[in-house]
Amino acid sequence: MQESAKQKATIPFWRDERILNILGQVVFIIGLLFIGSLIYQNMKAGLARQGISLSLNFLKGISGFDIAETLLPYSRTSSYWRAFQIGLLNTLSVSIVGVIASTVFGVILGVARLSTSFLINRLAAFYLELIRNLSLLVFLIFWYLGVFLKLPRVKEAVIWPGSIFLTNRGVGIPWGLPTDSYQTFRLILIVGLILAVGVFFLFQSYSKRTGRAPLTTLWTLLTFVIVGVVGWFILPEKPLTFDAPVIEGLNMTGGKVLSPEFMALTSGLVLYTSAFIGEVVRSGILSVSKGQVEASRALGLNGFQTLRLIVFPQALRVIIPPLTSQYLNLIKNSSLAIAVGYPDLFYISNAIQNQSGRAVEMFSLVMITYLMFSLITSVFMNWYNRRIKLVER
Amino acid sequence: MTQENSILPPLTERFGILRWLRKNLFGSWLDAALTIIGAFIIYWAVTGLLTWAFTVAEWKVVSVNLRLFMVGQYPLQQLWRLWLALGFLMFLTGNSLAIWARRSYVATILLLAFPALLTLLPFGSEPRKWLIILSLTGVIGWGIGWSKPQALGRSVIFGWILSLPMFLLLTRGFTPEGGTMPIVGTNLWGGLLLTFLLTVVGILFSFPLGVFLALGRRSELPIIRLASVIYIELVRGVPLITIFFMAQLMLPLFLPPNWTVDRILRAMVAVTLFSAAYLAENVRGGLQAIPKGQFEAAHALGLNGAQTMVYIILPQALRLIIPILVGQFIAVFKDTALVAIVGLFDLVGIAKTVLAQPDFLGLQREVYVFISLIYWVLSYGMSYLSQQLEVKLGVGNR
Repeated sequence: MQESAKQKATIPFWRDERILNILGQVVFIIGLLFIGSLIYQNMKAGLARQGISLSLNFLKGISGFDIAETLLPYSRTSSYWRAFQIGLLNTLSVSIVGVIASTVFGVILGVARLSTSFLINRLAAFYLELIRNLSLLVFLIFWYLGVFLKLPRVKEAVIWPGSIFLTNRGVGIPWGLPTDSYQTFRLILIVGLILAVGVFFLFQSYSKRTGRAPLTTLWTLLTFVIVGVVGWFILPEKPLTFDAPVIEGLNMTGGKVLSPEFMALTSGLVLYTSAFIGEVVRSGILSVSKGQVEASRALGLNGFQTLRLIVFPQALRVIIPPLTSQYLNLIKNSSLAIAVGYPDLFYISNAIQNQSGRAVEMFSLVMITYLMFSLITSVFMNWYNRRIKLVER
Repeated sequence: MTQENSILPPLTERFGILRWLRKNLFGSWLDAALTIIGAFIIYWAVTGLLTWAFTVAEWKVVSVNLRLFMVGQYPLQQLWRLWLALGFLMFLTGNSLAIWARRSYVATILLLAFPALLTLLPFGSEPRKWLIILSLTGVIGWGIGWSKPQALGRSVIFGWILSLPMFLLLTRGFTPEGGTMPIVGTNLWGGLLLTFLLTVVGILFSFPLGVFLALGRRSELPIIRLASVIYIELVRGVPLITIFFMAQLMLPLFLPPNWTVDRILRAMVAVTLFSAAYLAENVRGGLQAIPKGQFEAAHALGLNGAQTMVYIILPQALRLIIPILVGQFIAVFKDTALVAIVGLFDLVGIAKTVLAQPDFLGLQREVYVFISLIYWVLSYGMSYLSQQLEVKLGVGNR
């Protein structure tokens, strides 16, 4: 009792670190709450002057604007909420196309950068340096105004082999149209998918039992493809007929027409992001020390086996974390669609905000949605990263 | 003599383009094929580009509007103020190079000659004269720094600290209409000038904020840590454009009704807040790289927490991440382009207005190629110079 009293006397409370810590945090919270409440009061007063109160009910209201590209049925009498959903889907489609294409292109660039061919090596290096020092916004606008809108008119369309039509109204590509047997074919594909998953687990358990490393991914994919191809030829009627675009007067009909906005956004994003991914891939491959390759050759593994079993798994560990942040960047950068007029999540939310005057609600909604995207992507990539991580003792 | 000669490889391998070609371009069948494809790509791209640039493109849109691209609507009579501010910066640059980077000849020559090189662009005679003067100022600054490196160190640091307020003061002016330095409203600031100011302000203010956030994230106090984590992850999770829109549309809503915040200031705040979150993560990376022994040694010497951070940990951590910081600063520079979307007239915003002039309809390619070139030269220049200086100064090798 006396002991503690003495200690209290020796350390006055204003110099006791524990008390100071708590005190500091309390002050911090009070300050934060104070600023927060000030902002909230101002906002409420401001909104009251405009005669609106915070609520999400306005989303049921009629939008009254048109959207050029919709993946869901939509008209200007649809609700704001429907417009928001369309924006969400458009962002998703750009992001998915962008992530896949920029990964493929980025890996090619990264490998080309390490090519033993001097010319290819330099070419890739030049490309990486060129793109990485440009401003993405300028790049996107250039693709939109300088390339896709400068394509010839529909009447003078440039036609590439494979019925690809390049016009200033968009790029027409052949597209599969489902026929009567499409439903059955879809069923066959699902069966193929189940079989492929079966094969995957079979190989995994084999690999665990014997310690060998069979070509799991290859066989899994092959199972699916074989089932699909067999299904395609077994069916009496082809499940899809290919419909090439045709020029009729001033318009393109048939096939699928990708708008200049979509093309500009995706090609700009893909070319830009792939340069960064190329750099990530290059450093990942370089991070695997030469001794690993030499050791594996000394053990008698051939070139392909070395790549598959030694280099690739180790490089992947280095590549995955920065790759994740590149994917996240791509998704976030897709919001620049507003500069080229592609109706993505942000573009449509901004339109809704203009139309309804509900800035606070719309911005909260948009930010939460983007945060969800980021969260889901990073959770998935973290899971994948953990799966391939080096298991240490 | 003869012995040495006999060790040398055969003549064809010692010299010759042929050997180099065989090794680097046609090493294997695959390489040979790739080389040929690559050569075709290069031929196609270079001829296409050159034909376009010299026969099709109408560069008049750039040369006529060069002043717009550089300073926006900034009044012609007041331009000398910007030149003066730039001259001050050049002088300091020359001075600093001579004092701290004595042997970085490449960086020195490039930096000092840069304004003079710009005279190759189709500027009028007046700007050309100023550009030459800028280069000369830099050289004079370099000469003074070279002769008295010890004496000048402190005053140069002081000069750098003063440079931004001075630049802003000179740009904005401080006397009413009719005085020597009439106030130029921020609505007239534009072009590269605005991009430059946004970048510099963003970098300077986001740096301390980022360091604080990084320290907060590593703090042992749960509430401070939580607040930092939430801020960092929130900002990093949303696109920059949403933050710009928030600053333009919602900031007025959050402030008392009689407060008005300048639009450019709002953009500067947005850049700063955004960049700080990213910087915080970079700084955290640097902090994590400092071994625990450093903390323990500092404590053993009797330094308290704050002293440990300021004198021991931060100097080492920041030195480690200098290359990453340069990358972040380049990113800020490139990202400022987004202010064009919220209606400010930075380089990209000016491009839009130029393209709206009836004389220059349909010249999007020329304008955007020119703007891209500016971004490219400055970004690449920054990263190249920082590499040069890092090597010479031994950054990260200590």
